Amino acid sequence: MRPVLWAKGLFHRHGTFRLEVEDLKVYPGEILAVLGPSGSGKTTLLRLLAGLFQPERGRVEGGRAAYLPQAPPLLRRSVLENAAFGLRLQGVAKREAWERARRLLARVGLAEKARQPAHLLSGGEAVRLALARTLLVETEVLLLDEPTASLDPANVAQVEALLAEAALEGRAVILATHDLFQAKRLAKRVVFLYLGQVVEEGEAKAFFQNPKDPRTQAFLQGRLLP
Amino acid sequence: MEAAELWEIAWRSLWVAGVATLLAALPAVPLGLWLALRGGGGAWGRMLLYAGMALPPVVVGLFLYLLLSRSGPLGFLGLLYTPYAMVLAEAILAFPLIAAFVLSGARARVEEVRLLVRSLGGTEAQVFPTLFWESRRTLAAALAAGFGGAISEVGAATLVGGDIRHHTRVLTTAIVVETRKGELEAALALGMVLMGIALLVTGLLVILERE
Repeated sequence: MRPVLWAKGLFHRHGTFRLEVEDLKVYPGEILAVLGPSGSGKTTLLRLLAGLFQPERGRVEGGRAAYLPQAPPLLRRSVLENAAFGLRLQGVAKREAWERARRLLARVGLAEKARQPAHLLSGGEAVRLALARTLLVETEVLLLDEPTASLDPANVAQVEALLAEAALEGRAVILATHDLFQAKRLAKRVVFLYLGQVVEEGEAKAFFQNPKDPRTQAFLQGRLLP
Repeated sequence: MEAAELWEIAWRSLWVAGVATLLAALPAVPLGLWLALRGGGGAWGRMLLYAGMALPPVVVGLFLYLLLSRSGPLGFLGLLYTPYAMVLAEAILAFPLIAAFVLSGARARVEEVRLLVRSLGGTEAQVFPTLFWESRRTLAAALAAGFGGAISEVGAATLVGGDIRHHTRVLTTAIVVETRKGELEAALALGMVLMGIALLVTGLLVILERE
């Protein structure tokens, strides 16, 4: 199968931090979990893949990607306008964009709040709105930076169902998360980052059952890494 | 002073300051947004803009007088001692105020707006209109500051307008005249009207700001 996103020989420097990813392929319909301790480079990797950062070396090839930041900004507009914003950027007519946004807002439990200003939403609702906005954009790849970090279990389940559905529709989902259980539930493959390097990569089942690298083992056992 | 004359002066003040604010806003708003998109225009750019906020109105009036006087390079326009010259002077004074306010407000939002637009696949060109719309509250404050600066201005208005009765007399210049004449009641009444106009316009802008 042809990868929908392919990072080749990526090297990025940000102050003293360096990120190197030699070869990373993502395929249509798969969910790839990016794991690693704080500061390991998960966000940097996602932003490089999204084209928000330019690598010093290497390149990213493939389809269009939408990125959901860890603290997604909301526009000073209504919930509905926020949800439809990505589609409007893509040139979708207002009426159609709003209609599609309304349908997805209903899926994330925000239909009744569609008309209210987005800044009145709770933290969890704001994340669901931002996720809906990202999902609505017509891209082959979704890059999500800890989308459920601030959500309660019911909302987490709802978001995970949407991500699984997106993958079933053939979109590739790259998910940076600290939630190992979530990675186990959703991911087909896992990449483990440590100090800007890919330490281990493989099928999710093998990764969790039989991690090879001692740093991966330590991370999965909840031990602090140096 | 008769009521009819007072309202004539008040209307002229409102017209001159309003047109000056809009004239200044046309280049000042895009400039403020453009500088915000380019990292704030650098320390020197910001310093120049903020220094513009402290432009002495009399000096602006003097330069404009020299430009517009009959022997000046723009004397052929015949603008000196007309309300249009006063509009020009007040627009020059309002310009840095509006641009600096817009820059300050837009700078606070530019990174998250850029991140949002780019993360959803938008282009850098789409950041500008989004930032403009997201800064609309700042725009209201910037216009209020520009209008406040313009309508309360007296030095430049006197120099290039000449304070000609029924022609270029505005509230601020009329207050000076009435005070000099010892007509303190009339001066106070004019002052109250000036305050009323300033409050009315800024009140309208606050309503706009609240959407």
